[in-house]
Amino acid sequence: MRPAQLSAAPASLAAGPRRPAWLLALAGLVLLGFVLDIALGPVRIPVLAVVKTLLGQPTDNPAWAFIVREIRLPKALTALAVGSGLAVSGLQMQTLFRNPLAGPSALGLTAGAGLGVAVVMLAGGSVANGFAIRALGLAGSWTLVLAATTGAGLVMALVLALSARVRDNVVLLIVGLMLASVTGAIVSLWQYFSAPEQIQEYLLWTFGSLGGVVGSHLAVLAAVVGVGLVLAFASAKPLNALLLGENYARSMGLTVGRSRTLIIASTSLLAGAITAFCGPIGFVGIAVPHLTRALLRTADHRLLLPGACLVGAALTLACDCVAQLPGSQTSLPLSVVTSLLGAPVVLWVVLRRQNIRSSLT
Amino acid sequence: MALPSPAPLLTAADLVVGYTAKKTPHPVAGPLQLALWPGELVCLLGPNGAGKSTLLRTLAGLQPALGGQLTMGGVSLADLRAPERARQLSIVLTDRIDAGNLTVRELVRLGRHPHTGWLGGLSAHDEAQVQAALEATGTEAFAPRPVGELSDGERQKVLLARALAQDTPVVLLDEPTAHLDLPNRVALMRLLHRLARQTGKAILLSTHELDLALQAADRVWLLPATGALRTGTPEDLVLSGDFAAAFVHEGLAFDAATGTFALHAPTGPAVQLVGAGAAAFWTRRALEREGFVPTTEPAALRVTVPPAAPATWLSQAAGQPPQTHATIEELLRALRKTADAQAAAPGTSR
Repeated sequence: MRPAQLSAAPASLAAGPRRPAWLLALAGLVLLGFVLDIALGPVRIPVLAVVKTLLGQPTDNPAWAFIVREIRLPKALTALAVGSGLAVSGLQMQTLFRNPLAGPSALGLTAGAGLGVAVVMLAGGSVANGFAIRALGLAGSWTLVLAATTGAGLVMALVLALSARVRDNVVLLIVGLMLASVTGAIVSLWQYFSAPEQIQEYLLWTFGSLGGVVGSHLAVLAAVVGVGLVLAFASAKPLNALLLGENYARSMGLTVGRSRTLIIASTSLLAGAITAFCGPIGFVGIAVPHLTRALLRTADHRLLLPGACLVGAALTLACDCVAQLPGSQTSLPLSVVTSLLGAPVVLWVVLRRQNIRSSLT
Repeated sequence: MALPSPAPLLTAADLVVGYTAKKTPHPVAGPLQLALWPGELVCLLGPNGAGKSTLLRTLAGLQPALGGQLTMGGVSLADLRAPERARQLSIVLTDRIDAGNLTVRELVRLGRHPHTGWLGGLSAHDEAQVQAALEATGTEAFAPRPVGELSDGERQKVLLARALAQDTPVVLLDEPTAHLDLPNRVALMRLLHRLARQTGKAILLSTHELDLALQAADRVWLLPATGALRTGTPEDLVLSGDFAAAFVHEGLAFDAATGTFALHAPTGPAVQLVGAGAAAFWTRRALEREGFVPTTEPAALRVTVPPAAPATWLSQAAGQPPQTHATIEELLRALRKTADAQAAAPGTSR
């Protein structure tokens, strides 16, 4: 799409001749991670068989084809949606708030989605005892998405309403953290008065998992993430204008209020839906935008958005490969792996950037 | 007042600027009658808190006017949609730029925002405008560099280039010379003056650089703390005394004879200064710094300036033989000693 067209201009060639190459390499990495993610697991499937199954050809072992189609492929597709969705959501938040620490989780968005899910699970569970996500039908998954998106959207609207009063980004971040804290406390209170079986279901949800999103659930997730991504890509131009801050954006003819709404809608859809189906998955939203900026060396969202999608998807697939603990029968919760891998990545980027800065001054 | 061009680009009638807090309007300045003509460099001067930034932000549409009419080419600015307005007015703000990853060219490209489609793709014409803006501001050489690596002076020129790329008849700048060293301040003012002449744009900037503004501006908008705006060529405003009056509240004494603000309050005796040229000018400055009151009238102390340096200064106190001094430093030392002696001895001129 845009990147190829952009790089055709001589000036951007001079600025970063390797950007299209980077995007191609990232796409290759995503493909590799995708196949590897399907191949790895309690039952190891040869890569060749994976590729054959994906291309619709018969393989030596019909069981492999079944595993790939019914379990591994949906999970890998979920990883794609989760990685790109969270990365794009984080990128939008960081640009909108002009804060490098912003992300769906840092501003209470994930906590808001969690509250929405808790409302459905714990309250709904008390009526129809012990209903798990997996047991819910299409109607149930829509309810979850709606609840999580509403929760995320409410927190986001609150953060934005406060951001109009609070110009300071650091203060706003504290506001977001406080909101997350309050939302978390409400969920805790709810848990305290709930039956143990219901809490267990919610706790499992908080560990984060890519599995279990199959069939109609996957279709719902893909549709919502797709809409969120389309909205995000449509906001590439406003996001670029917002790079210089709201005042400059307004002076360049941007209707800031409408663009904000668009960006919030996109972020809430992405973070809300992903959190609803897969649980809170930390660090992808914060780390990937930084990683993408460092790799592509640009601030142009027409490059950063696809870049963040690719980096996010590759990172999530890699984390899922690690989470399966290749060679063992057990697997780790995904949010644990993303945090364990993600935190050092953020540290590395931050420290490296500081080095660059100090060497320049 | 001679009008440089048939019609003004931007006019304001009874404009009241200010802010609204808790639904109560707080007017800062106004009602103002303003006009900006093409090809003019206008400097907005005034003490802190007079509402310079508020006025600029109101003109740029970043905050609503509390009253009055703003028209551009016969059309009310309030009726223009945001992108249309952005094709008429561009502004360089004092806001900090955080996007250090952005290259200079990418930042200047952002100026094309109101001219591009919904995806923000740049046409050949857009790229040509960007290139022209880079060349006009002399920033083309560092176009591939990240903005975060620029010096203050370079960054200011790049932000100006962004405003030029926006290709608007009116360009507003809020304190563009702040944070710049003297050579950069002079270079920027020279650049703005040249741009106004060459491109026919109306350029309005607020500044605290009174000396520079008096020299570079075609017209000055003088906004005193009282909010009653005076406009005119800088020279007219100086001679009418409006300039001195605008800054009197800040405890600044403007000297219309030299075009400077007195930095030092006179405390010492009068000194008759004899001589002309550069040496006389700098001797006068040195005497003022020391608290003496230089005058052309006869006084108890007299200093004769050499016609050209290097030479010797002559100083003479009443009833004393003249002394010679090789430098102003020596002259000042001797004068100080004489003044102290006169102050200590009763019955003298002091």
